[in-house]
Amino acid sequence: MTTPLLKVENLRIALAGDGVTYDAVENVSFEIGRGEAFGLVGESGCGKSITALSVMGLLRRPLSLAGGKIILDGEEIQNVSAAEMRRLRGKRIAMIFQEPMTALNPLSPVGRQIAEMFVLHQGANWNEAMDRAEDALRQVRVPSPERRIKDYPHQLSGGMRQRVMIAIALACGPDLLVADEPTTALDVTVQAEIIDLMAELCAAKGTAVLMISHDLGLVANMCQRVAVMYAGRIVESQVADAIFATPTHPYTQGLIDSLPRLGERARRGRQKLREISGVVPSIANYPSGCRFNPRCPAVTDVCRTIVPEATPLPADGLVRCHHHG
Amino acid sequence: MSLALKLPRLRLKGGTSLWVGGGLVAIAISSAILAPWIALTDPVLDANLMNAELPPSWEFPFGTDAQGRDIYSRIVWGARVSLSVGIISQICNSLIGVTLGLTAGYWGGWWDDLVSGLTNLMLAIPSLVFALAIMAILGPGLVSLVIALGLTSWSYSCRIARAQVLSLKSQGYIQAARILGYGDLRIMFTQVLPNILGPLIVIATLGMGGAILAEAALSFLGLGIRPPFPSWGSMLSEARDQITTAPWLSVFPGLAIFFTVLGLNLLGDGLRDYLDPQSTTRRG
Amino acid sequence: MAESLLSLDDLAVHFKVGNALAGGIKTLKAVDGVTLDVKPGECLGLVGESGCGKSTLALAIMGLLPPTRGTMNVDGQQISGATPPDRMKMARTVQMVFQDPYASLNPRQTVRRTLADPLRLHGITDKEEVEARVIDMMAKVGLRPEQADRYPHEFSGGQRQRIGIARALILKPKLVLCDEPVSALDVSIRAQIINLLLELKDEMGLAYIMISHDLGVVEHVSDRVAVMYLGRIVEQGGWQEIFENPRHPYTRALIAAIPDPFHRAAISADAKARGEIASALNPPPGCHFNPRCPLKTDICTAEYPAFGEVSPGHRAACHFRERTQ
Repeated sequence: MTTPLLKVENLRIALAGDGVTYDAVENVSFEIGRGEAFGLVGESGCGKSITALSVMGLLRRPLSLAGGKIILDGEEIQNVSAAEMRRLRGKRIAMIFQEPMTALNPLSPVGRQIAEMFVLHQGANWNEAMDRAEDALRQVRVPSPERRIKDYPHQLSGGMRQRVMIAIALACGPDLLVADEPTTALDVTVQAEIIDLMAELCAAKGTAVLMISHDLGLVANMCQRVAVMYAGRIVESQVADAIFATPTHPYTQGLIDSLPRLGERARRGRQKLREISGVVPSIANYPSGCRFNPRCPAVTDVCRTIVPEATPLPADGLVRCHHHG
Repeated sequence: MSLALKLPRLRLKGGTSLWVGGGLVAIAISSAILAPWIALTDPVLDANLMNAELPPSWEFPFGTDAQGRDIYSRIVWGARVSLSVGIISQICNSLIGVTLGLTAGYWGGWWDDLVSGLTNLMLAIPSLVFALAIMAILGPGLVSLVIALGLTSWSYSCRIARAQVLSLKSQGYIQAARILGYGDLRIMFTQVLPNILGPLIVIATLGMGGAILAEAALSFLGLGIRPPFPSWGSMLSEARDQITTAPWLSVFPGLAIFFTVLGLNLLGDGLRDYLDPQSTTRRG
Repeated sequence: MAESLLSLDDLAVHFKVGNALAGGIKTLKAVDGVTLDVKPGECLGLVGESGCGKSTLALAIMGLLPPTRGTMNVDGQQISGATPPDRMKMARTVQMVFQDPYASLNPRQTVRRTLADPLRLHGITDKEEVEARVIDMMAKVGLRPEQADRYPHEFSGGQRQRIGIARALILKPKLVLCDEPVSALDVSIRAQIINLLLELKDEMGLAYIMISHDLGVVEHVSDRVAVMYLGRIVEQGGWQEIFENPRHPYTRALIAAIPDPFHRAAISADAKARGEIASALNPPPGCHFNPRCPLKTDICTAEYPAFGEVSPGHRAACHFRERTQ
């Protein structure tokens, strides 16, 4: 068996509150193989974004890494120096964000911002770097890149800005691209294009993807494997197709059943949507035992007291539920 | 003004800044109200050249001035002038500024252009110079001092109010109020104003400190409170020549101004936290 | 045929933007000739991406923006640029549910005040009656009476949206405009709110205009659907016609863009739209969709297509509306 590109083991992220420390992420483990696209799905506050930030070494107070290992290509990176981490970012791991406007420098033309990556990480000179930046824009299918290269971020549309972000992220051919809700701020038709573009470029360059999203459908479309997070823990992880065909955790089942699906009404008439009762717990009030237990239709006493262990599912999947297996 | 603006905004945990600030302001206000009873001597009439420029002692806790008057008693009486100028003029400024800022931000259009132009004009002319001009017309005295200061520094609260309204105007609950049939004035005063009170209170308390200092400056120029009746500012101004020989003449009025302005700043800060329903430290 | 509750006739809202000195004044045709009607008790889905003018149209329907051209009839009240609406009467007829449950509630008003003030404003001054209607409304949206004296920040996003719905319904309107009512909510909460809206519709005999970019939601709740692009309605018809037999390429592109893991094979690549929506300041000549359209021919750049009938009640503004694919 080959070593995975990224291996996250028993990750624990602490959130320091007023005199109390909470576990924002607990016991999270996953692996991403070379060139594989892996999705991490969950609602706001479930810890998916800070898991991504921890991989990038970007956790800042009040968040901190409280335990576990992050292994990139066989090398533990959770404790490397800030300088070493900076060298890794951009060169080996890159990231794109939900709102590209906040990640781009508003005072610098986009071409320059792409070229900077080549100068910084590959020691290219500026002339050569600008030529390569134009190529990079062409690769992300920005129309007339020779003109766009001089544009400032505010002159581009949201979709174009996200393309520029992808160009910057992929400039130095990283091994891993972390994409945190990359299309949430975009329109649906543009979202479809950006996802296709990302999938295509990453496949061509052999870049692995860690995709973070609240949209299970979107992630399943783009990724080979998907993990579902709830309240700081991974509750289920399966191959993308299987997670829709045989969702195992009650939360995953609830998510899939609760949303109206296109074509469903034509096939079966209007059915009342299956609700997941209750609210998403806040970090200060995580219930004991299985954290989904107050909302779970299949809850029993054991769920309220004992944290469920991971039960293996076929094809390297796992589920954390007392009522499975 | 510069003193008030440069004061660090102390951030004490919980409601401490509210209580410390409130306490300092309460001391200042109560000494103003209780002046006839807590003053040791008459601030004007009890001059005695035999006691001139005595340093602090048991008999004169803050020392005496060149005419032998008790500094402590003069500070206690002077609080009346300084605080009433500060508070009343700032209430005038806030009323003018908030009304103009709210309406300009909410209605926009030519009214906004007019108000913004006026605000910029007020900001371009130093408010002290403006106040000087008004004082020159009205003549010296407490009332004209309050009028002059109350009409000249509303531009800050106006700008803050206008900017806040602009950012709130597109919020859903303002839209919802319009859809529910609320009139413009009702929206401004029930929906917008309560949500922008925080920064306005901070500006108003800072402005009070500024007004107390402006009173000092105007009194120094002979346009404010006429000697011999004391105000902190005029006391400070009169003491300038003796700052090396009799420092207590300037130190104690200076401390009175300092602690009152500090108290107002802390109070403003504390009030903002207290008034914010989202603040978790509210009510303990 | 029932009388229309709301009918728009060639409604347009234009804005003057720019500066007479710098670059000249341009006309932004945010809404440019929309003809629509909504019957009592009906749900009209309004679909479109950002920049298509649906938010402006919503404001115009609420009587907050005067029409530049055309007229609007709201429950017998005739409104045009020259005759502004009677806002009190409008308030009792049309109400709105907002997208963002955080920004749409006054943070300094308790639930009770949020619901009671409008009643008093509209002449219900009897204390007991006000109280009874507030408590009754809260019960209808699933809030407990003891929650009446709480402030918005004490509620979760889903509960806030319930308060927002209660506020919209407290004056017993006939038509409620729901502007993306679930897209800002946690995924696991959405089904609760959609079910609630549908229950209330039946219970109170409401008509809805459901603005959403989530086609699954629109299909689930709508009786009829209108698709908007750059200020105009490009396709309109019964929900089944729109989703099963779309005739405008933009509608097809929207449907194709939905990541649906159950029908991944059904998405045909050529249905997808290219690029992004043009600026309403400078719409493309002819059919506004032509730069993104897979069916584009010369006629598409020459003239704007008629809004022709495909079948009774189903219209599409496309030169090739007879083509099924």
